[in-house]
Amino acid sequence: MKVALFIPCYVDAFYPEVGIATLELLERLGCEVDYPLNQTCCGQPMANSGCHDDARATEALFAKNFEGYSYIVTPSGSCCHQVRDHMTAIEQTPQVRAVRANTYELVEFLHDVLDVQEFPWAAFPHKVGLHIGCSTLRALREAKCSEVSEPAFNKPRALLERVAGIEFVKPQRPDECCGFGGTFSVFEEPVSARMGQDKVKDHSDAGAEYIVTPDMSCAMHQQGCARRLGLPLKFIHIAQVLNGARE
Amino acid sequence: MKARPVDHAEAASKFIQATHHVEFHDKRLWDLRQKRDRESEDIAEWEQLRALASGIKEHTLTHLADYLEQFERNATANGMVVHWARDAAEHNQVVHDILAAQGATVLVKSKSMLTDECEMRLFLEKRGIEVIETDLGERIQQLDDEPPSHIVVPAVHKLRADVAEVFGKTIGTRADNHDVNYLAEAQRQHTRPYYVSPRAAGMTGANFAIAETGSFVVCTNEGNADLSANIPPLHIASIGIEKLIPKVEHLGVFIRMLSRSALGSPITQITSHFRAPRPGTQMHVVLVDNGRSERLGMEDFWTSLKCIRCGACMNTCPVYRRSGGLSYGATYSGPIGVIIDPTFNLRKYSALPYASTMNGSCTSVCPVKINIHEQIYTWRKVIAERRQLPMVKKEAMRVAGRILGSPRLYRAAVQAAAAGLDYLPRFMIYNPFNAWGKQRELPATPASTFRQWYLKNRGNTGNGSSGGGQE
Repeated sequence: MKVALFIPCYVDAFYPEVGIATLELLERLGCEVDYPLNQTCCGQPMANSGCHDDARATEALFAKNFEGYSYIVTPSGSCCHQVRDHMTAIEQTPQVRAVRANTYELVEFLHDVLDVQEFPWAAFPHKVGLHIGCSTLRALREAKCSEVSEPAFNKPRALLERVAGIEFVKPQRPDECCGFGGTFSVFEEPVSARMGQDKVKDHSDAGAEYIVTPDMSCAMHQQGCARRLGLPLKFIHIAQVLNGARE
Repeated sequence: MKARPVDHAEAASKFIQATHHVEFHDKRLWDLRQKRDRESEDIAEWEQLRALASGIKEHTLTHLADYLEQFERNATANGMVVHWARDAAEHNQVVHDILAAQGATVLVKSKSMLTDECEMRLFLEKRGIEVIETDLGERIQQLDDEPPSHIVVPAVHKLRADVAEVFGKTIGTRADNHDVNYLAEAQRQHTRPYYVSPRAAGMTGANFAIAETGSFVVCTNEGNADLSANIPPLHIASIGIEKLIPKVEHLGVFIRMLSRSALGSPITQITSHFRAPRPGTQMHVVLVDNGRSERLGMEDFWTSLKCIRCGACMNTCPVYRRSGGLSYGATYSGPIGVIIDPTFNLRKYSALPYASTMNGSCTSVCPVKINIHEQIYTWRKVIAERRQLPMVKKEAMRVAGRILGSPRLYRAAVQAAAAGLDYLPRFMIYNPFNAWGKQRELPATPASTFRQWYLKNRGNTGNGSSGGGQE
């Protein structure tokens, strides 16, 4: 299966290991992976700020880079949400619509499209707190959120449960927002930081050694908070765990 | 439209600095959210109820003129006097005229966000009418000269000690006695005489107005609304025009959800139906527009009128819980406030849609299925289009858009970061004043970007053919 890989700007710049794990994992699972070299960003920072005029060039570039692919996979829920649900600053040609419809967050691609049942190469003998970003949770609906009355399901956790040795801790508020929120993190810094501190303390109090997440932008913020607070929490992307990282 | 924009971040910062307060506030409201979860999970058809409630409200709002006239006819036939108020000023004048005609100089009232929205208390007090809030929380706020910070629990941001201090200064309790029962009883004793004042009139709001019966319904927990309505010889009810529902049979849908969503209790202690004045007394209804019909015409925002003011969106909102209702600087705070305040004054409330992470929890708890976080997203677009963004944010987005729209500029920026320059965080973390680093560490700069790794390790496979690094 041919797959185009979209590595979001902040992963490209700050967390190349997450991009590498995503690429290697998809290759292990038999995908032929293209990485269009002119990619930059999905346009989310501008679009979420209301600045759709400023988002237009970035969205157009995204659509051009990924045109023609049946599967566009990215290890970031909020970027996938932007492309799928909010990439409307550019003209909605049939090609653009196809790019938007064909974009998947990594977990849903593994869970829903490839239906991966086992990760025999993976083992993660640690106590982990699972953090699912709000876009991944409520927009992509990868898990039941605590507010909605419906049968329980959790795609990231379902995948992680196929990893040997992993042990999940139970934070008090498993799906409360961590306060990253993109530009919110700087323009509403006091509330953002307070939310981040509460989030990492909750995981830490629950006994987590690692926070595992499909959303590295949340982790970037939480990691920043945890380090400043001096908490020994470690952060790792779900792609790394599923690809066989041991720590 | 010259009002200065409310600075939510600054106000929130002050709230957070009072550590005990923010901890208590967050926990107390989260507790309500959890109780709400337990109640909603106990009802197998909860999600169906939400859909039904949303449908009833959408139907009513799209036939609002008809239902309002039906309500007026039936209420009038029941013996009520129905008044119409185009805006806050008309509302306040109508209320004053009714009071003046009766010679009333004391108004005992239960909680009503609408009268807060109209700033009625100030208007009446200037004209010699003493207004007594009888809801405990609202009374605390009145005595402290503060607006309510939450639409259901108006003084939720105050600790017991804060209330003791307010009461000590105003109604003569001992400021060092923080006992809840002592304080509540003192307020009760202080308020009771006003109900039986010979010059008193009573006022309530309404949770629902029923077109078919010309009656209205008030849901409360303290009994104060019923005292206000039933003791004085005059009862005035101020009702926003969006409170209409067509029939009594629709009421059950909302009653089952209102208190469960608000406080996590199955029903309010008291659900009072008002249909006609008692013999020898008067009952007046003021139907208030104050921007609602204009909102009804807004394609992207009209469904905000479905709101039944349960406050569930506030209780679940992680930003609201950590910034307090007063930080929004508006009558309506929290997620629902963020989407309706800009309809009153776009410039003044232009920062509020940014006081959100758009996490979507508000939308999930809303009993009438208002797509709150999506409306927040759309408001941001409106604010940018109408040039209400602060210069710092506008400029940051212009620069980010230029860099991220160009592979060449993007790579230059990323590589500058890899070389240890400050350029990347400045554009990628949108960080004009280095706000990131105040309470957070920056991520370490890795040895290479993903793209550089890819070119080195996969560069010769023929993949990544679309562009190949040229622009």
